[in-house]
Amino acid sequence: MESNTRPAATAKAGPMGGLVAVIARHRVLAALVVLAALPFVTPYEALAVNILIFGLYAMGFNLIFGYAGMLSFGHAALFGLGAYGCGVSIAKFAIPWFLALPIGIAVAGIGSVVIGWFAIRSRGIYFAMITLALSQVVYYSAYQWVSLTGGEDGLRGVNVPAIDVFGLHFDMLDPLVKYYVLYALAAVAIALFSRILHSPYGAVLEAIRENETRALACGYDVARTRWLAFILSGVFSGFAGALYAIHLSVVPIETLNYFNSAEVLMITLLGGMGTFFGAFVGAYVYIMLQDVMTVVTVHWQLVVGILFVVLILFFPRGIWGSLLKWVRA
Amino acid sequence: MSAAPPIMAVQNVVKRFGGFTALNDVTTSFAAGRLTSVIGPNGAGKSTFFNVLSGSFPPTEGRVFFNGTDITGTPQHKLAHMGIAKSFQITSLFPKLTVQENVRIAAQAMRSRFGLWQPRSALNLSDAVEALLLRVGLQDRRHESVDTLAHGQQRSLEIAVALACEPKLLLLDEPTAGMSPEEAREMMDLILKLNAERTVILVEHRMKLVMGISDRIVVLHHGTLLAEGTADDIRRHDEVKRVYLGQSV
Ligand SMILES: Nc1ncnc2c1ncn2[C@@H]1O[C@H](COP(=O)(O)OP(=O)(O)OP(=O)(O)O)[C@@H](O)[C@H]1O
Ligand SMILES: [Mg+2]
Repeated sequence: MESNTRPAATAKAGPMGGLVAVIARHRVLAALVVLAALPFVTPYEALAVNILIFGLYAMGFNLIFGYAGMLSFGHAALFGLGAYGCGVSIAKFAIPWFLALPIGIAVAGIGSVVIGWFAIRSRGIYFAMITLALSQVVYYSAYQWVSLTGGEDGLRGVNVPAIDVFGLHFDMLDPLVKYYVLYALAAVAIALFSRILHSPYGAVLEAIRENETRALACGYDVARTRWLAFILSGVFSGFAGALYAIHLSVVPIETLNYFNSAEVLMITLLGGMGTFFGAFVGAYVYIMLQDVMTVVTVHWQLVVGILFVVLILFFPRGIWGSLLKWVRA
Repeated sequence: MSAAPPIMAVQNVVKRFGGFTALNDVTTSFAAGRLTSVIGPNGAGKSTFFNVLSGSFPPTEGRVFFNGTDITGTPQHKLAHMGIAKSFQITSLFPKLTVQENVRIAAQAMRSRFGLWQPRSALNLSDAVEALLLRVGLQDRRHESVDTLAHGQQRSLEIAVALACEPKLLLLDEPTAGMSPEEAREMMDLILKLNAERTVILVEHRMKLVMGISDRIVVLHHGTLLAEGTADDIRRHDEVKRVYLGQSV
């Protein structure tokens, strides 16, 4: 983890080691620079948008999974609530995008307050099961409430053809323009997220993950700290979901599916759990891989399953986590 | 034994683990400002007693009072804010963090609730952390990670972390566990100094170590309170002698 609280270690020499060390030190800037260049290193812009959004989603998920050390298997509900909250506002109520976005975030926030309240007192596999069960409740609710959500067919008509701010006009139908508009919004979230990790609260989260018993004895309300982590995690995931609705112009019911919870887990593991930059590395590799593999085989999900097993068994630190380990070794 | 009001008191405390009774009807109190030692053979229930005092778990029966307030069942993190701190028999630190960060995070608990937007450094804890590191002699090790420290240094850090919340009552569970005789003596010196500023309750199963420094000694055996009194009282106590048969008391 890129943290200033860890023992200083001699950085590996060489250009590669130097690069990893620099990225780790200036994580927000590094993420923003790399993401700014993303449309030019992906086969088409829509893929870059997906990487941006799923990187953001994984960043939020990582707060509860990597930093708080709890495996949520229900984050699809939070991502999905953000997507539907924003999407329904635009499609059904003709609310402008700049209000629809915070509405999406608020809906995801309320969802995480409730799901978190039920789940946070359980540990390990029970926490995973409760979050999964509650996310399924959200899935079936959306599935049934056809008049609001479009049910099985998904929500259509989330149209944001253009965005006007500060006298500037952005044509959202131009993929590259859309990418940079979403990028600017994501940048705010990335900066805020880094700030939270650096705050006293971020330190408490780390401490609880390291030693819960000691954190309690020191006077930290472990349950409340975890609950807040779940809520914040849900808010960032919901923000990613809200951007997803604007990106696609529709909200597919699959955003709420448990497979979407598994995907963010996979992305996080691939990049490196508990690392800031890893979320974006994971999203890049995963989505590029998916893009290639779906052309080669229809059994993409089988590939995902195998990837998952390989990661857990041989590569638990993920790509970025391994690089950090190597640099600091 | 003294007119000072007790800072800590337990009334008819029972703690059962399933069918096993680890504490059996313990009633006693601890005078403010004093150094009391809780001694007893392995498995006597000393750590269990400490867990009840520090709020790690509530007693099965009976009541616990802190400064006259009933704190039975109060969660541990709230007791920490009321002024009860504890060091663990088995070292319990944040292993991957540096020495300094271990103390800083402990000190932070008393300063802020949930600071989300300011940086950690904004809390200005460095003076407090510095003083604590100096106090336990770890100032030269501040940037090292805990798992690289020698055992004795980890035990010292354990004390610094407990002290960081500026406790009124300090519970030390075998702080000398695994230490060399030399280190144990230094630790006892430190404990005496700490006691000058606050109440200390010390668990120790080596009776000889505490005889010289304790104002009062409480003896636990099989979960019951076998005896309490001054070192001399305890030395003369027939049942204590029998329990510690073969050891020089
Ligand atoms: N969580 C628990 N569950 C079940 N039994 C327990 C638990 N904690 C302690 N015990 C039992 O209670 C008894 C007292 O344990 P405790 O740790 O309080 O003894 P102690 O006096 O601290 O011993 P030591 O000198 O070895 O540290 C022991 O028999 C122990 O096995
Ligand atoms: Mg013990």
